[in-house]
Amino acid sequence: MSLTTQRTMVEALNLALDEALSTDPDVCLMGQDIGCNGGVFRVTKGLQGKHGQDRVMDSPLAECGIVGTAVGMAIYGLKPVAEIQFSGFTMQAFDQIEQNMARYRNRTRHGQPLAMVMRTPYGGGIRAVEHHSESREAYWAHTPGLKVVIPSGPRNARALLAAAIQDPDPVIFYEPKAVYRAFREDVPDDPEVARLGRAQVVRNGSDITVISYGAMMRPVLEASDDLSSLHGIDVEIIDLLTIKPMDTETIIESVTKTGRCVVVHEGHKTCGIGAEIIARINEHAFGHLLAPVGRISGYDIPFPYFQCEQHFLPDPDTIIEKIQDLMTWQ
Amino acid sequence: MDTKPVQLDNIDVLQVLNEEGMVDTTKAPPLTHDQLRRLYVAMVLTRKFDSRMLAMQRQGEMGTFAPNLGQEATQIGQVFPLTADDWFAPSYRSFGAQIWRGWSMEQLLLLWAGYHEGFPPPEGVNDLPFSIVIGSHVLPAVGVAMGMAQKKQQHCVTVNFGDGAMSQGAVNEAFNFAAVYKAPCVFVCENNGWAISTPLQRQAATESLAVRGIGFGIPSIRVDGNDILAMVAATTTAAERARAGQGPSLIEAVTYRMSLHTTADDPTVYRQEEHVDPWHQRCPLLRFERYLNRESILTEDECRRIADECEQRVLEARAKFREMAKARPEEIFDFVYHTMPPELIEQKKDYLSRLARKGLNP
Repeated sequence: MSLTTQRTMVEALNLALDEALSTDPDVCLMGQDIGCNGGVFRVTKGLQGKHGQDRVMDSPLAECGIVGTAVGMAIYGLKPVAEIQFSGFTMQAFDQIEQNMARYRNRTRHGQPLAMVMRTPYGGGIRAVEHHSESREAYWAHTPGLKVVIPSGPRNARALLAAAIQDPDPVIFYEPKAVYRAFREDVPDDPEVARLGRAQVVRNGSDITVISYGAMMRPVLEASDDLSSLHGIDVEIIDLLTIKPMDTETIIESVTKTGRCVVVHEGHKTCGIGAEIIARINEHAFGHLLAPVGRISGYDIPFPYFQCEQHFLPDPDTIIEKIQDLMTWQ
Repeated sequence: MDTKPVQLDNIDVLQVLNEEGMVDTTKAPPLTHDQLRRLYVAMVLTRKFDSRMLAMQRQGEMGTFAPNLGQEATQIGQVFPLTADDWFAPSYRSFGAQIWRGWSMEQLLLLWAGYHEGFPPPEGVNDLPFSIVIGSHVLPAVGVAMGMAQKKQQHCVTVNFGDGAMSQGAVNEAFNFAAVYKAPCVFVCENNGWAISTPLQRQAATESLAVRGIGFGIPSIRVDGNDILAMVAATTTAAERARAGQGPSLIEAVTYRMSLHTTADDPTVYRQEEHVDPWHQRCPLLRFERYLNRESILTEDECRRIADECEQRVLEARAKFREMAKARPEEIFDFVYHTMPPELIEQKKDYLSRLARKGLNP
């Protein structure tokens, strides 16, 4: 019988990293304060003590340097997992992500592929200062050569991170920091590895499809509970899990069935992931739509200072209201 | 304690072989006659290749590229000490060094003529491809060196970049990472005086760029970059230090960009010919030839024959290039991911039908 342990997402990610370091001598971790300190969110807690300073490396304070040297280590055959302390700081590393991390395989015609991961906590809701709450996954989804993965809970976080580390291509791994310690979930004690590029239908329904990912899955699930119990609306929910490559097939299958759809993300609206999902629905399921596809997202403004952040982030009420609108759309 | 801040502006330039071809034997690296001849041939070949490629570009057969006339000693000297297990990270002006490392000239012609096949390092050559954005290859080069240290391999990485790259944040981060991790890395800053139209004085407030390395805790040296023997001496020492686990070194090779920034550039807009004139006397080939002739390591006749042979090799490479030069538009989707994701399969299908409409079926 397979055993499980209740873990937070932080603990589940720690487990995935520990398993990778234990089973693959080429895996190494690099980042600011990840060693003795265990990372500012403690995702790497205890790993330096267990696996040594050569494999769990505290980096100088330079995001571009972390990603750039990780690229080189990957070229040399290692599998670096680089942590950037907050996704708002990844802009410092944009240079190396865009110019090298994303391009090396193509530049060398598969000669020097990069099996590497850049992990970083993203998103709002933790009352942080400026640059600590961004959701700019669309930047990376826009960049050819990258994969973009965003878990939503402890169990899939562990399985997806394991998959990202084993993947032969560079992966941007966005961790919803609002979920880090929000709840515990049964995580199998035996290794579990997800398959990248697969969305998950987390709830079956017949009236409308809600597509989301990461930290927004919780308000979506909450809204869906209320819609079902109070309004009799049967919601199908898709957790994307991998933003790029996107599981278009699962999206189209669901929307073809329900005829209605709303996308929910906290990233900015214009050219956000929702825009891409809607475009794909337009291309592949236009004839099945009973209403325009709704979009709930962050607004096109810098993430607000934290006294106002809860008004900026999509919440269950907004989702319920939008779905009710779409159900009665004529 | 004196309250005056410390300032270090300049470092003396190491020279072994002067402009008259005289050698300071106290500093000369111990090279055999055969090694000296190989160095000379490589420098001549670099120049022949450069001038042929320029002609091809002017005739419309080559894309924009960055000539390296006058920088042959820096080019060859930096890679001379490297073994096949050591790595080299070139910048885009480093084709002389790339030829030394084992890149075929026909491949380099393919590269600069815009064929993807030209880009990846050849099988068995442990080099990085260069990246065009200035200095963006330096951090990955340090990463390779960190990987060597991690895997307990006693090899080193030499990375080449120019004076302009010294202004890039990423390059300075690379210095710091290499120093902190004691990465086995040799930084060769090929200071040719110009970053397109920007002279060194607008790039740095110091006379020397090597002083920057010292601030990072990197042993640094300034070398006459037109002096092949000084380059070999400095890079050999630096490579040995790196392999022995003593960390990175910075070599500032002082040379001069006698030709164009790239073939799309017109230097007459921003510099006078009299800036360039003194450098004709400092030509790295001329002084080396004087030395080799005087020491009877190569006669003038032999030098002429080497020049002809190099020219011949370049022409043969051009012939091979012309045979190989074939665009493969059906391939452009095929190298982005290990396994093509569904969305790219769909886009490729659409693209291939577009090719078919143009009569370009694979």
